[in-house]
Amino acid sequence: MDSSLPLILTFLPLAGALGILVAPVRGRDGGAASLWGFAQLIGVATFLASLPLWFGYGPGEEGVKFAFSADWFRFQTLQVRFALGVDGLSVLLILLTTLVSMLVLFSASSHIKDRAREFLFWLLVMESGMLGVFLALDFFTFYVFWEVMLIPLYFIIGIWGGPRRRYATIKFFLYTMAGSVLMLLAIVWLVSHPLTLPGAGGPALTSSILDHTAHLRLPASTQTWLFLAFAVAFLIKVPAVPFHTWLPDAHVEAPTSGSVILAGVLLKMGTYGLIRFCLPLFPLATLDFAPILMGIGLVGLLYGAFLAWAQSDLKKLVAYSSISHLGPIVLGTFALNALGLEGSVLQMISHGLATPALFLLVGMIYERRHTREIGDFGGLARVMPRFAFFLMLATFASVGLPGLSGFVGEFMIFLGAFQASPWIGAVAAAGVIFGAVYMLSMMRRVAFGPLRSEENRRLKDLSLRESLVLVPLVVLFVWIGVSPSTFTSRTSKTLAQIQAKVEQAR
Amino acid sequence: MSDYLFLIPSLPLLGALLCGILHARGGKARDLAGPVANLAVLGSFLVAVLAFLEIRGHEAEALVYEGFTWIHTGTLLLPFKLHLDALSGFMALIVTGVGLLIHFYSIGYMAHDEGRAKYFAYLNLFVFAMSLLILGANLPLLFVGWEGVGAMSYLLIGFWYDKEGGWPAVAGQKAFIANRVGDMGFLIGMFLLFTNFGTLDVAAMKEAPALSGGVATLICLLLFLGATGKSAQIPLFVWLPDAMAGPTPVSALIHAATMVTAGVYMVCRMSFLFVQSPTAMAVVAVVGAVTALLAGTIALAQRDLKKVLAYSTVSQLGYMFLACGVGAFSAAIFHVGTHAFFKALLFLGAGSVIHGMHEEQDAFRMGGLRRHMPITWITFLVGGLCLAGFPLTSGFFSKDEILWETVSSGGSAAYALWGLGALTALLTAFYTFRLVSLTFLGKERFDPGEVHPHESPWTMTLPLVILALLGLGGGLMGLPAVFVEDGNWIHHLLSPVLAEGRPFASEGGHGLDHAQEGLFMVYSSIIAVVGILAGLILYRNGPERMAGLAKTFRPVHVLLAGKWFVDEIYQVCILTPLAALSRFAGWFDLGIVDGLVNGLGRLFQGAGFLVRRVQDGHIQSYAMWMAGTTTVVLAWLVMQLW
Amino acid sequence: MIASILAVLPAAEGIPNPSIPTSWVLLLAALLFILGIYGFLVRRDLIVVFMSIELMLNAANLTFLAAARERMLDPEGQVYAIFVITVAAVEAAVGLALLIAWFRLRATLDVETAVELEG
Repeated sequence: MDSSLPLILTFLPLAGALGILVAPVRGRDGGAASLWGFAQLIGVATFLASLPLWFGYGPGEEGVKFAFSADWFRFQTLQVRFALGVDGLSVLLILLTTLVSMLVLFSASSHIKDRAREFLFWLLVMESGMLGVFLALDFFTFYVFWEVMLIPLYFIIGIWGGPRRRYATIKFFLYTMAGSVLMLLAIVWLVSHPLTLPGAGGPALTSSILDHTAHLRLPASTQTWLFLAFAVAFLIKVPAVPFHTWLPDAHVEAPTSGSVILAGVLLKMGTYGLIRFCLPLFPLATLDFAPILMGIGLVGLLYGAFLAWAQSDLKKLVAYSSISHLGPIVLGTFALNALGLEGSVLQMISHGLATPALFLLVGMIYERRHTREIGDFGGLARVMPRFAFFLMLATFASVGLPGLSGFVGEFMIFLGAFQASPWIGAVAAAGVIFGAVYMLSMMRRVAFGPLRSEENRRLKDLSLRESLVLVPLVVLFVWIGVSPSTFTSRTSKTLAQIQAKVEQAR
Repeated sequence: MSDYLFLIPSLPLLGALLCGILHARGGKARDLAGPVANLAVLGSFLVAVLAFLEIRGHEAEALVYEGFTWIHTGTLLLPFKLHLDALSGFMALIVTGVGLLIHFYSIGYMAHDEGRAKYFAYLNLFVFAMSLLILGANLPLLFVGWEGVGAMSYLLIGFWYDKEGGWPAVAGQKAFIANRVGDMGFLIGMFLLFTNFGTLDVAAMKEAPALSGGVATLICLLLFLGATGKSAQIPLFVWLPDAMAGPTPVSALIHAATMVTAGVYMVCRMSFLFVQSPTAMAVVAVVGAVTALLAGTIALAQRDLKKVLAYSTVSQLGYMFLACGVGAFSAAIFHVGTHAFFKALLFLGAGSVIHGMHEEQDAFRMGGLRRHMPITWITFLVGGLCLAGFPLTSGFFSKDEILWETVSSGGSAAYALWGLGALTALLTAFYTFRLVSLTFLGKERFDPGEVHPHESPWTMTLPLVILALLGLGGGLMGLPAVFVEDGNWIHHLLSPVLAEGRPFASEGGHGLDHAQEGLFMVYSSIIAVVGILAGLILYRNGPERMAGLAKTFRPVHVLLAGKWFVDEIYQVCILTPLAALSRFAGWFDLGIVDGLVNGLGRLFQGAGFLVRRVQDGHIQSYAMWMAGTTTVVLAWLVMQLW
Repeated sequence: MIASILAVLPAAEGIPNPSIPTSWVLLLAALLFILGIYGFLVRRDLIVVFMSIELMLNAANLTFLAAARERMLDPEGQVYAIFVITVAAVEAAVGLALLIAWFRLRATLDVETAVELEG
């Protein structure tokens, strides 16, 4: 009955991390090359191990598959279980996580020169943590992984980051912890609240997420407080305006690989949590707060775009564009209809591909030029045609050009939002203009125009390794853009159930 | 045939991939890109011809190709579905046919450019997107093409991105963003359509019951906003003249013959909806007529060969919208067709001139070129005559039909619109032949020692000749009833798929008949001939003669040469405030939002500073605190007990 | 185990000498505890401070045993006493080791010198 796959997925990277820690390798470079090789092997293996999910969780699938569950510890009458599993909401995010982690392992060796052993250790621990978060089906399992994944990023930014890394890490850590504490309180409340399960004799304590999702019935006032505790934790993680200021600092100070993981996967945990917990557990509160949260999403979309426009630092621009792209996800989630929800999940994936590509590209020229000021570049298309090609594609994917991944998600979200509230949908559609403004200005000022400085003239184009890291992302932009139904068909049933939970309360 | 419909977009897509690979291989391989791209478009053209032949005779039906499911979510079902009826078939012929000629021309034009393979990849991708736009059976699929052509336009305008201090890249960006503004309208229009119809399939919406007036008006105006972006109408026309920064064949293909007519096509495709809203129709007609006139006046004072043609394109597109607005959708499409022939011809001719003049574009520094490039001269003259509406050329027939439909649409408003149209026609004839005179007639105003004008190679002149023949004969598609009863082939072809509507008809019947149609045709002819003669006579000896006039009416000339300063107005009223707002947002975010966050942090730090004195490091003082507190608590507990 | 052994002992004969009242024992324990606290708070020699802690622990032990005697030699109280003695032994081992390390570092055992953790 139990599948061991989720167990392998969560613990393979962790095992790899421990292996890296104790590996007795030596050599002129301290054995770094073999450590990298080993870590990359783990990354590939984890990715390959996650592929069965794609086939096993096919179109039209519903419910939880690949479930694993074991007794973990007992607290009085509460039996806490270590429960993992895959459903339509998490399947794509898990695949995204293994893919992005693998690409990071292949790209990071160019900018992580010292303390490779520690870096790889933390990176693999983080991969375990992230996969655990998406796989968890028990509140305690979820919370443990949620915290586990926080610490590696703290070290990755804090050790390998830029000049203001300490400020950035502390800010990031405190901000997220503040949210986590609220969530922990809410979780403690939930698991100490007896639940009447069908078939059971009477009310009993359980920490199973699935049981709570299915059978939790709370009065509206209680829902409000629990909803807020969860929602604030997740909105900080998203990050939604006004809880977003940790993100630009974290991104700017993080090494490229940190930014890629952060933008590619970590930010999705916030929006994932909103859909996984807030909607089905607290439908009444969700309905109450939906207009406000749609407003927050809309403000994030426009405000992030304006902020991105004002930046002169490439990485900051991409960071603020993340805020602008995650706004619609919150917006679509709280449109509370099929279009909005499926659009949101698709947009998570799409953003999880386009933004890492942008961060990788920014990192690649930073390694060459040691500056990220947009004004220092110009005309790079002449000397780095391959770089310009990938930048163009990532830009187009990011501005939501139809045929690439960004469009479909945004279209569905805006249409869903329009159905929920025409004005919000209409204003959100106006946001597409600003997205084009800042991304294309960036593109033009970096890649087009004449080559002005002598340093830029000597830049080398992307190496084969760098291109190969980007290719999977590009292929996926196109695949999602051309055939989004391949992806949405996997998520739709699960999301429909979540939506139905909310609809019942209406 | 419907099973092979997918070939029309896919062949150019395949071609684009191959060209991209050839570009990446570099060196000699890049020379192959031209032939490959041409073959791809030729294939598309042949499929389009076969498909078109199949639907001829039963115009009311359509070929439908249904492919994979593209988007399917909840109630939204969008298959990859292509739809070829008389309207889209005709457009497909124009796009692939004229596209083929321009591809062929490009082989010669781009022969020495390092990026030629990339160029052909973009061009093929453009044809792919454009045919998707035309054939898409539902609006989002059409929108894919719609944005796709915009993206290719962006890339091709900025093709020489590092020339002229990076100006082409700026122009490309401007085009993309102006289009995005329109796209916002299109998107919201689609949302409203979906909310009201529950589907975005064009054929299904057509069958659905009519909407209430207000909603229909709102939707039509939003869709029309999209059209003004793509088809360069007020208020979004500013990007098209700047788009001339791209290679000239691109201007011919994208910014004259095909892409810019997408807005007209979309309005015609949605004509069933537009006729439900007389208000929207009136807006379309007025915007079209005013744009036509405005762009015509600007064209009077431009020196750049391509700029004049660009403004004339804006102006001619205005005519097409005027036709749509008065309900003469088939006349609009007729003009799309003839305009594609003669404007592509003019642009390619201009390209030939620029090529022969070593990248010189200023008509004031040309003159007398007819001796150096005879084929270009003759074909350009033909194009000019068509654009000016010289009797019996294709431009004459299509433009005259629009003017006639306008005046006969009823009411006094119709006469006012006709007046605008007729005035524009006069201006068109004048500036066209001003350009012809300045370029080909009179003295040579360039240094013969520096510049050696020469005729272009046959790969470039052959398309010119074919287009000239099409331009001359294109009028046969839509002969007016005065000439041949039921001679309007294109009207018969399209009327089954286009809606009928006369927005101004409610103001009372007009009772104009064939005799009057003939009369108005005479007016059109006179206007054209007067304009042509004025242009020829006033400018036959170069621009000096008119310089005095420009000086006398200096304010007017400055206003026209400055393009009514629309760009500047937009800059001051929209772009600068928005940029300032974005800088303000940047300040606000760092100062206020992040300031609050850091302030909260500092609050806790300060609190910690206050109480840290207690921790003085002495174990015994800690113990004292402990003992003291315990004593107090114990004492309190004991008191409670009593 | 111990509980079962104690359980079979004749409870009636096992009544302790009643000549010393429990309150006296408790008073003694309290005195010892106050001495310990005083020593801990006032003396500056770390060894003496350390011994004061032991004194407090033993005062606690005495209280436990007094209470156990009062409740018919309740084994639970006696077990606690044994437990505390064990902990005290461990504590003494660790604590003395620390003191030696500290002395090696600073060549003094004055408690006033150990103020590194000043806030």
